[in-house]
Parts: sequence; structure tokens; C-alpha cells
Amino acid sequence: MRAVTGSAAGRTRPAASARRNARFGLWLALALASLVLVSALAVTIGPAPVSLTDVLGSLAAHLGFPHSGTVPVLTDAIVWQLRLPRVLTAAFVGAGLALSGAVMQSVTRNPLADPYLLGLSSGASLGAVCVVILGVGVALPLAAFAGALAALVATLSIARVGGTITPGRAVLAGLAIAQLGAAGTSFVIFWAAKGDSYREILNWLLGSLAGSSWGTVLIAGSALLLAGTGLVLAASRLDAFAFGDTAAASLGVDVNRTRWALLGLVALLTGAMVAVSGAIGFVGLILPHLVRGLSGPGHRRLLPLVAVSGAVFLVIADTLARTVFDPRELPVGIITALIGVPVFIALIKSRKSGTWV
Amino acid sequence: MGVVIERVSFRIGGRTILDDVSAAIPTGSVTGLLGPNGAGKSTLLRLIAGLHTPTTGRITLDDAPLATLGRRETARRIALLEQNASPTIDLLVREVVLLGRIPYRTGIFGGFDGAGDLRIVAESLAQVGGTELADRNWGSLSGGEQQRVQIARALAQRPSLLLLDEPTNHLDIGGQLGLLAQVRDLGLTAVLALHDLNLAAAYCDQILLLSDGRLAAAGAPAEVLVPSVIAAVYGVDSFVVPHPRGGHPSLLFAPPAPPVRESG
Repeated sequence: MRAVTGSAAGRTRPAASARRNARFGLWLALALASLVLVSALAVTIGPAPVSLTDVLGSLAAHLGFPHSGTVPVLTDAIVWQLRLPRVLTAAFVGAGLALSGAVMQSVTRNPLADPYLLGLSSGASLGAVCVVILGVGVALPLAAFAGALAALVATLSIARVGGTITPGRAVLAGLAIAQLGAAGTSFVIFWAAKGDSYREILNWLLGSLAGSSWGTVLIAGSALLLAGTGLVLAASRLDAFAFGDTAAASLGVDVNRTRWALLGLVALLTGAMVAVSGAIGFVGLILPHLVRGLSGPGHRRLLPLVAVSGAVFLVIADTLARTVFDPRELPVGIITALIGVPVFIALIKSRKSGTWV
Repeated sequence: MGVVIERVSFRIGGRTILDDVSAAIPTGSVTGLLGPNGAGKSTLLRLIAGLHTPTTGRITLDDAPLATLGRRETARRIALLEQNASPTIDLLVREVVLLGRIPYRTGIFGGFDGAGDLRIVAESLAQVGGTELADRNWGSLSGGEQQRVQIARALAQRPSLLLLDEPTNHLDIGGQLGLLAQVRDLGLTAVLALHDLNLAAAYCDQILLLSDGRLAAAGAPAEVLVPSVIAAVYGVDSFVVPHPRGGHPSLLFAPPAPPVRESG
């Protein structure tokens, strides 16, 4: 009897799995297509009019593809020197932050975990301004990584009471560390006091992609490639954390090593992203929650989709940030907060009472 | 064969949690791990699961010392279910059971949802009578259904040894009896930490009774669950009557009787 039910069920499962794979493939293809489309459009949008043909022409010229017609030198410079690096940086940063949030949420079993809310971003900002403003002789991304890592360790140690870390305590500890990091960042900028301090502080604390160049593309891109690959490779181990540490251990996962390796990669990723764009909030918080509905909670599907969606999201947010009040620019963190805070509130409201602290 | 626990002690931070425990758990038997709160039941389960290493002594599974098995090999042979575990994200029942296939993931990309894995998931669910739950959300299940799905997840590990830490917690009496009957019917070697002495007497082949980190008694329910032992370990009076159906010991409890005083 049992064997009969088993094999009957066995026949239907592969079909269900194929359907799920196909659906996931569809979503990923859709997300990638929107990324290309949104990025191309974002390059055309701005004070100086640029057509899609100009964008393609400029790209073809620089990448050495055959192309017809010539793009005006000024247009080409706008596309290749200004807008394209900015859009690419936005895409990489968005992907990196969303990936960081997804991994943190799983590893800490905290649906509110996000590099911004747990203080990593402002720790990274502090590390970064120490290099940029004070000229501490370390590579910028490295200093930001060190800041993010220090903030992460501080937050988790503060939140740890009696060997456990509840989501609520983690957010409270993150708040304290984020405030400290923000105060430190502001202090360093004021102390150095050159140029427009207020704008600079805003850019580091709320995030801005205005400083994008091919250099930032390189930093954000290589961090994403390096840390992102590591995280995606660890995806199946992340699934094991769903029922907590003991369950993961009894499924054969080396819990401590895996957790710290993954959080280290998250700090690296966050550090690099903050080094090029400042502390952009909420991307890491909201994207994983939105994407899980489409991909399912399995990380082999979730992580790639969350990365691409994060890229699309931040390219759109940044395009809004630089065009809504044209010619003035908003820090992109204002846009992400406008979208992220309602999601944050919805998450808090959706939880059953008593599960936070 | 089965599990052999040889003079196992476990100390952490200067505190002795388990002290010189020896026991044998024969293959295919259902063993009840009893004892007051803090007696060391959960710790002993974790040691048997290979999650902690004994400070002294050793544990073997089918003659292989646990210490020599790798994490993954251990996870393929032993499944441990904690009490009240719940995921933070809302998984489908099928996805929960699929987690049991993690020890079998292959290749660097670590897939564990191939056709073979999915077939085992379906079989495991069928074994606990949960086939129709496959597409439900974990959060929408009743306590009893969640426990059944957890057991299906453990079965998906295809273990030879099943360890359950207070599996009947938060279940109503029907759920408790149903769950334990199900565990019995699986035919696996199983060790269950239980609070309810009567459930243990009804469903276990042997009892290990822990008290303060030491093994106070071991043997068949009828040998271990006697008033003198229960008084020594739990500090309560008890009366043993044969169960009207099955004849296994059934216990009635009373607070310790006040000492008899001479009237003067």
C-alpha cells in the first residue's frame, strides 16, 4: 500500500519540479531582459538628450563591433564616460546589496537582516571616509570591508544574550552601531572640513552614485564576481539553516565555519559597494522578500534572481534620484527609503506577536 | 550492533552534564530517554547525533565510532529532530522534507533536488501519511502535522537511527499516541526523549532513565518504571497498574506522602 502511494507520488514529482524549474527560468530570463532594457533606457535619460541608437553606436564603437553611422563626440563622452559607468555601478551595487541581504536573512534567521539595518553599511562608510578624507594609506574597498566586518561583529556581539540572537535585538544593536558609524563618518568629514561637507556627509550616509566612474565599475564588479560566486556556491548549505543551527548541523553542515565564511563574504560585498556608493539602505531588506515569492525559498534559485532584481531596482532608483529634481540630484537612499520603509513596516506588522524580541 | 554508549561523560564550562553513562541501543528498537528537566536528555541525544563529542568515553553506531564518521556520513546515518523547530521563512511542506536530502547533495553546485531526491521526498511523506500535505505552507499546518512533516524530513535523510527530542510536545493526546505509533511502525532504531512516563511505557522497548547526568536505571519499561526508582528520581509516589489493553505498566502519581509522625 505504502509502496503504491510512494511510486504514484514519485511519478508526479519530477513533472512538478520541471514546471518549477521552467517557471524559475522564465523569471530569471525576464529579470535579465528587464535589466538590459532598464539599463539601456537609463543611459538615454538625463539632461542631455541621447537616443537609444546613440547608446548602441557608442557601445559598438568602444567594444570594437562593426557599426553604422557615427556618434557625436560629446554624446559619446556622455554615454561612455558618464552615464554608462553610473548605470553599471548602480547595477552591481544593487545586485551586491540585495545578495548580501538575502544571505544575512538566512544565516542569521532574521527576516529584518540587511547590511544597512544591522550597521554594516555605516561601518563601511566610516572605513571608507577614513581613506577618502583622512588619506589613511589603505585601499578604499579594503578599509570599507574592515569597517563592515567590525560593525557586523559588534552588532552580533551586542545582540547576543545567553547564546541566542533574536531578530529584534539584532536590529536594536544594529541601530546603535549604525548611529555610531554615522556619527563617526560625519565627524571625520567635518574635521577635515574641505569643500561642501554637508553634501558629502549626505552622500556617504544616504548613498549616492554620483561619483561613479569606470574605477567604481571595476571595484563593484569584481567584488560582486568574487563574493557573489562564493555565496551562490554555498547556496545549498544556506537552505540547511532554515530550521536553525542544530538542524543544519544534523544535516551535516559545519555551522560555525559556514556562518562566518558567509558573513565574511557579505561584509566584503557590502564594504566594496559602500566604498563606491555610500550607505544605500533597504535594497538588501526588501528585494529578498519580494523575490522569494517568485523563486521559492531555495537559495540556488533565490540568489541569482535576487541579484538581478536588485540590479534592476537600483538602476531605476538611481535614475529617479538624478532626474526627478533635475538639475539637482537626490541621494539615492531617499528613493530606496521611500520604497523600503513601507515594506519594513509591513514586515513588522505581519509577524505574530512575541517572535521579535 | 546498534548504538553503544561506552562510559560517556560530557562537561562544559566546568559543569558536568553527563557522568559516566553506558548503554546499548539494539538495532530496530525504540528507546525512551526519560528523566527530570536538566537530567541531560537533550545533551545525550546531541552526543548520539554526533553534534558534540563526549569529554570522555565513546559512542559507536553499528561498530563505527561516531568520531571517525565525517559530518556528512553522520548526517546520512543519523537524523535528529529538535523540539519546536520552525523555519523563519515560509517553506512548502515538500521543500521542508527536501532539506533532508542535503547530506546527499552532489557536485560543487550542491543540488539536492534531482528526480531521485524528489522520489524519496514523496516516499517519506507517504510513510507518515502526509502525501496530501506536500503543497501546503509549513505555517498553515497544525502542530501534529508539523511533527509528521519533520519526521518525514528526518526519513528523507534515509537514516538508520532516528533521534527525537520531545516529539509529543504541544500535541493533544490523539496526536501524541498517533505520532508514537507512527514512529514504532517505521521499524527504525529510534531514541526518544520523553517527559510522559506512561507514553514511554506504552511505546518503548526499553527505557534509559537519567537523573542528574547519571544513568539511574535502564531496561524494559516494567523493570525501570517501578515506584522505588520513580520516587528516587522524581521524588513522587507512584502506583503501577497493568494497562487494561496490552498489560504494559501504567502509572498513577501522587505527591510524596508526609512522613508518619508519632502522635503524642
